[in-house]
This record gives sequence, structure tokens and C-alpha cells, in this order.
Amino acid sequence: MIRKSIQSRRARETRLKIYGISSICFALIMLATLLISIGLNGYSALQQAYFKVDISVNTEKFVDDSGAPDNNKMNLFNWDGLVQSALREFFPEVKERDEKKELFAIISANAGYDLKEFVKKKALGSGSHTLSVWLHLSDDADQYLKGRLSIDIPEEDRRINNKQIAWVNSLVERDIAKLKFNKTFFTSADSREPESAGILGSVIGSALTLFVTIMFALPLAVMAAIYLEYFAKPGKITDFIEVNVNNLAAVPSIVFGLLGLSVFLSTFGLPRSAPLVGGLVLGLMTLPTIIIASRASIRSIPPSIREAALGLGASKMQAALHHVLPLATPGILTGTIIGMAQALGETAPLLMIGMVAFIIDIPTTFTSSATAMPVQIYMWSDSAERAFYERSSLAILFLVAFLISMNLLAVVLRKKFEKKW
Amino acid sequence: MTLPLSFVFFVLLGLSVYFYYHAKSGIVRKAALFSDRTKALPSHYGQQSFLWAFIPSLLILLVLTIGGPNYIDQIFYNKIQELNPTFNESFVSLILAKVINVSNGKISTGEENIIMLAKDYKIAFEQLHFYRGLVVILCAALLGMIISYRQKPGSNAREQVEKFIVNIFFASAVIAIFTTVAIILSLFFEALRFFNLYNFFDFIFGLHWAPNVAIRTDQVAAEGSFGMIPVLLGTLLISFIAMCVAIPIGLLSAIYLAEFATPKIRDFVKPTLEILAGIPTVVYGYFAALTAAPFFREIGFSLGLDVSSESAIAAGAVMGIMIIPFISSLSDDVIRAVPQSLRDGSMGLGATKAETIYIVILPAAIPGLVGAVLLAVSRAIGETMIVVMAAGLSANLTVNPLESVTTVTVQIVSLLTGDTEFDDIKTLSAFGLGLALFFFTLLLNIFALSISRRLAERYD
Repeated sequence: MIRKSIQSRRARETRLKIYGISSICFALIMLATLLISIGLNGYSALQQAYFKVDISVNTEKFVDDSGAPDNNKMNLFNWDGLVQSALREFFPEVKERDEKKELFAIISANAGYDLKEFVKKKALGSGSHTLSVWLHLSDDADQYLKGRLSIDIPEEDRRINNKQIAWVNSLVERDIAKLKFNKTFFTSADSREPESAGILGSVIGSALTLFVTIMFALPLAVMAAIYLEYFAKPGKITDFIEVNVNNLAAVPSIVFGLLGLSVFLSTFGLPRSAPLVGGLVLGLMTLPTIIIASRASIRSIPPSIREAALGLGASKMQAALHHVLPLATPGILTGTIIGMAQALGETAPLLMIGMVAFIIDIPTTFTSSATAMPVQIYMWSDSAERAFYERSSLAILFLVAFLISMNLLAVVLRKKFEKKW
Repeated sequence: MTLPLSFVFFVLLGLSVYFYYHAKSGIVRKAALFSDRTKALPSHYGQQSFLWAFIPSLLILLVLTIGGPNYIDQIFYNKIQELNPTFNESFVSLILAKVINVSNGKISTGEENIIMLAKDYKIAFEQLHFYRGLVVILCAALLGMIISYRQKPGSNAREQVEKFIVNIFFASAVIAIFTTVAIILSLFFEALRFFNLYNFFDFIFGLHWAPNVAIRTDQVAAEGSFGMIPVLLGTLLISFIAMCVAIPIGLLSAIYLAEFATPKIRDFVKPTLEILAGIPTVVYGYFAALTAAPFFREIGFSLGLDVSSESAIAAGAVMGIMIIPFISSLSDDVIRAVPQSLRDGSMGLGATKAETIYIVILPAAIPGLVGAVLLAVSRAIGETMIVVMAAGLSANLTVNPLESVTTVTVQIVSLLTGDTEFDDIKTLSAFGLGLALFFFTLLLNIFALSISRRLAERYD
């Protein structure tokens, strides 16, 4: 009987172990599923369907009377027509108006603009030139070539019809169209056309925002941490500050967005959608995280170091700034990196202060309209075009890779500078 | 002459640095003159001059930079109103916006009056920038001179500098209080304006949420109704589903990691779970909307159930996955904080490890575990991106997890990202919801923190 009871007690232990292992496995499998499903969605955005056209351009059309290049004339020139007539040369049988429209739908609506930018960048000498240019196919043709548009569904439900498929296939057969590395994705900002949309604008927006965040939060947090550890006299005010810091760390991020909206935007009149405001809001949000980490780091420095400094006649301030702070720096940096990673992935407060606008230009200053990477991901996953989904996934992969490396850096720093006193 | 902000700032900085060296060498000279010793290091006198010149001037610069444009806007607002006494408020604001845009060169107009005003506006701004620069630089110069005149070898600069710095440190610590106060005040006052337009009790107890206010006054159908019960219920439903996923898995993982796992497994699993915690919520939202929701829909379809494409269960389950590492790492800390002596005592009496966990460790850790769970609930309630992307917009009064529900945060985002006026009842209602959200999570947080603190005190 005793053996039986022991058996059942042991079985209970094994069961508990199995529950534990399976729940950890569940969490890890979910992490893998998440990353793999996003990876499978996103890898194809590394490539983009291009087609090659040979175009002859006469630069004399774009100079003013004195012979200097004239941008206005360049902008007014019918670039779309040039691309379209080049495309029609491949398919001389297309004559009717409707059919032509269908044909032009397989190339990007921005093809003319891209051609103009290409010619501008080339800075051609005067005279007539023949150029061979790779331009974007439309997002639907792109998705078809990647096999992401199912052609089993009836033609009228599809975004690309049989005729267009035949044209695209014929271009591919003639080696005029093919999938190439998607450079645009890394060099341009957002666009209405998926094939011209890139992440550079949002990356720069995120960088500007984070710069403001770190400049705002890090000094304040370190000063606050030193005060709370060494100078605060125990009492009601100090207790109240501590309660506030701990509580702010758990306030939902969207509430900080509301704060930014009503204080920074309506009361102070700072510009909407600006990295300055985004950075301040994220700074307020990460402030408690960095304060808590800095305090922990300062507390881990043995009191003997401070006491030795005090004993040799240093003032309290000198002991703190000259002796404790340098030793606490690695810990503070680790906390800062974690706080910055949190700020970089944050979306909700930025939605509140209008960083969710559609912005074609790459931001250059702290007050120009900008968007941030997670917001860009959100906006793309909300769009109707299938091609935006894969771009969104690819952007996620980059963001997550960057965040994971930030966190790994924090772990490595912690490991490297972890001293047992 | 224009003095841009960066120019003024760098002149200020340069001036302050100048006073640093000026005071540093000056005090040595003074000491030699009086054949006296200085009470502090020369660099302390330098620091004192720097801080005296720099900090007050910097504050003036900040105030003028933030307040100045608002003041000018107010003057022009009054001016436009005086010129056209018949215009109502929003029209005056519209004209003001036009004037500002014309003066920036963002738009062009043919209206003479506006061009005139825009010119004046531009001049006013240039004047503001000029006087801002002048005041700040003069102030720094004056303060720097005063302090270097007053510095005597006998005065203890170190004490004064350190007092000054401690005050700055104190000010940065107090920012935490200010932030909380600012959150409460801003939410409270905007919400108060909302309750002026809409009955408070109808908001708290109303069973119908449909914030579609008529755009034109002659529209009959759309009378906005702001009863938050369905929104609140949706929030609680999704958080409940999330907790059903996160609590068992998080707790069991924590128990295994704290009590059974070898150090090797721990070193691998803990950082991996931390990666799960470090993934931005927008990624979970993407996963919920594009992978989890169709998945649940398929399963429901094969079982003959009708699952909404924005079902509460998809958003809740993904949110649960997001919260697993949060609960597991907090509970891991709590379980490991239980003193080893309790474990040893129990094992010594012949209990198995499982019995020790069930009978000794978990009861001892219960307050901390409850605290961890409450913090997780507060996080689930305040979570925004997952529900914005995967949950619905229409407020259904239901507890069926297969249907679409909406949450407080979804409503706040959808109310505030549209192109509505700031004084609109719709925008203001978002602040009402924000206030409710803030107090709800505040209560949970305070409760959770006090519980876990009590545990920490018990075993210290």
C-alpha cells in the first residue's frame, strides 16, 4: 500500500514536470510560429518584378534658352507616354483603347516618374541618348510572378486578368521582365503604389524619434536615480516619487499618447506628426524603466566604495559622481538599451500624436512630418493591396531582428560587466 | 536680423563655457591678490559660474520658445476677431491657420487682407526670435558677470554648486510626479468637457456605444450614443481570454524553470522567453489579424460554427501569448524569492518535490503571484495594437468569444485618428474612455504593487 502511495506521489511529480515542459514548449513553438509565418510572408518582398525598356531621350528638350538644365520642363515632359509607347512596341497587336489601358496596368503607375528621376540622376550631356532602364511592373504583376496571386479563381474576381497574365508571361519569356533585388524597399519612403514603397522614411523617422527620446530620458533618469538613491531624505515626498515611478512604469502606453496629444499638441502647440513630440512622449514613457534600472545598478555598487571616498574627504556629490556613477554606467546602459528597444517597438502613443499620416518625403528635421517603423508596419498591414502585406512582413523582420540584437547587446553587456564584488 | 534657436543655444553654451574658465582663472588671481587660499577647488568656482549663467538662461529660452508662438497666435487671433467681429470662433481659427500657412510659404493666396496679415505675422515671428536671442544672451552675460564679481576666495563654491546640482537632481525626480499629475489633469479636464456635453451616468452605465455624431446638423439618424458598458465588457472579455492562455502556461513555465530546470535549460529558455516579451505589439497584431484570425475562422467553420473574422478569441489568444513571458518572468522571481529553508524543511519531512511546490512554495508565494497576475491583467486591458488590428469596431454587448467585440483602446484609437475637430464630442469621448482606462489600470497596479511589496517584506 505504501509503495502504491509513493507511486502515485511520484506520478504527481512527473505530471507537474510534464505540464511545465509542455507549457514552455508551447511558448517556444508559438514564438517559432510567429517568426516563421512572418518570414514566409515577407521573404518574397526582397525581390521585385522589373521590366526593361530601351528609351531614347533628347536632353535638348529640357534646357532653357540659355542652355542650363530646366527642371520645370523636365517635370512637364510626358514621361508616362514615353514608357507606354516603349511598352507598346513589345505588343504591336494591342490597338484598342480599353486593351491599351489593360496593358498599361501591368506596369507601375509610377514608372514615368521613376524614369524621370533616373534621367535626372544620370545628368546626361546634351544631345540624344538611348537608355536601357529597368522599371517596376505593377504590384499585381509582381504578385503574380511570385505566385502569390492564385489564378484558380474566376477571372472577374482576380486583380489580374488572363490577357494581362499572357502579356507578363511573354515579357518574362523574352527576358524583358524578371524578379530582381528590391532596392526600392530600402531607399524610398512610403508610397500609394506598393512597388514604389520603402522603409527608409520610417527608419529615419524612428531614428530621429529615438534620438529625442534618449536625449530626453537618459539624463533625467540618471539624475533622478542618483537623487533617489543618495540624496533623498526618507519621507513623504520621496515615497510619493517612488510610488509614481513604479506606477508610471505600468501605465498603458496609449495613455502617454493621450498626454502628448493634450499637453504637447493642444497646450504647447508643437507640430503634429513630428519626431520631436514622438520622442518626448516615448521619453516620458521609458523614463520610469530607465530610472528603475539605474537605481538597481547604483544599488549593486557596494557601499564600501562610496564610504571609502567619503572617508578620504570627498563630498557626497563627489562620491556619487566620481566614484559610484562610473561603476554603475554599464548597468545604466543596459537599462537604457532595454528602454530604447521598448520605445522603438511602441506604436500606440505615436498614433495619438498623428505620426500615422501618409508621408512620401523622407523626414529631415525633428519637426518635419514623419512616421516610425512600427507605425509603417501597422499602416501597411491595414492596406488593401496584397503586395503591402509582404512588405509589412519584411519590415517586421527587420524591426524584430534589430530589436533582438539590441536586447542581445544588453545581455552581453550585462554579462561582460557583471562584477561580483 | 534673425537669430535661430540653434544659434542662440550655441552662443549661450559658448558664453557659459567662457564664464567657466573666466571664473576658474579669476579666483586664482583674486586669491593671490588677497594672499589667501580659496575655500574650494578653482574648478568649483568655474562650475558655479557656468551653472549660474547657463541654467536660468536655458529656462528662459525654453519658455520663450514654447510660449512665444502661442502668444503671437493669440494676438493675431484677437486682431482677426477685431477686424471681423461677426465671425465665429472656428472661422477665425481657420483664417489664422491660413495666415500662418501663407507666412510659411506653404500655400499662396490672392486675398489682400490675408497677405497683409501674413506679412505682419512673419515680422512678429522675426521680432520674437530676435528678442528671444537678445534676452537669453544678455541674461547669460549679466548673470555670469554678477557671479564672477561676487565670487570671493572665502566663499565655498563647492557647497553652493552641489546644492544647486542636488536641486536639479530633485527636479528631475519630481518629473515622475509631474507626469502623473499631467496625465490626470489632462484626462480629467478633457473628460469634464465631455461630461458637459454628455451625461456622466449615461456614459458609465449606458448599454449602447455608437459614436457616430451627425456631420451635418440636419442629419436625423446619427445621434451619437456613448454608453461604455459594451466597450468595457469587450475589453474584459478579450483580457479574460488572454488570461486563460497566459496564466496556466506562464505559471507552469515559471514553476518548471524555478524548481525543476537545470541551469543549462534555464540559461536557454529564459532569454528565449525574453525575446517573446521584446517583440513589438504591432507584430503580434499583424500575426493576430493575418494568421490567427483566419485560423480560428477555419477551425470554427470545420466545426460548423460561425466565427467572426474579427473574433474576440483570436485577439485574446494572441494577447495571451504576448503576456506569457510577462507572467512567467515575474512569477519566476517570486517563486525564487521564497526562502530555501522552507523548501529544505518540507523535503526533510519527506515530501516530494511536487508536494513541496503545492503545499509549501505556492502558498508562500501566493501574494506575489496574485500581484504578477494583476499586473498582467492591467497590461492586457491597456494593450492597444493587437486589438486595434485584430478586434472589431462595433460594440456588441456579448460574451461570446466567437463574435466580434471592441475594446476601450480600440475606441480611443479610432476616435482620435480620424479627421475630427479637437472640440468634437467624439474626440472628447476618447478622453472619457482614457480616464476610465487610466483609473482602472491605476487601481490594479497599486493593488498589485502593494501585494508584492508585502511579500517582499515578509521574507526579507
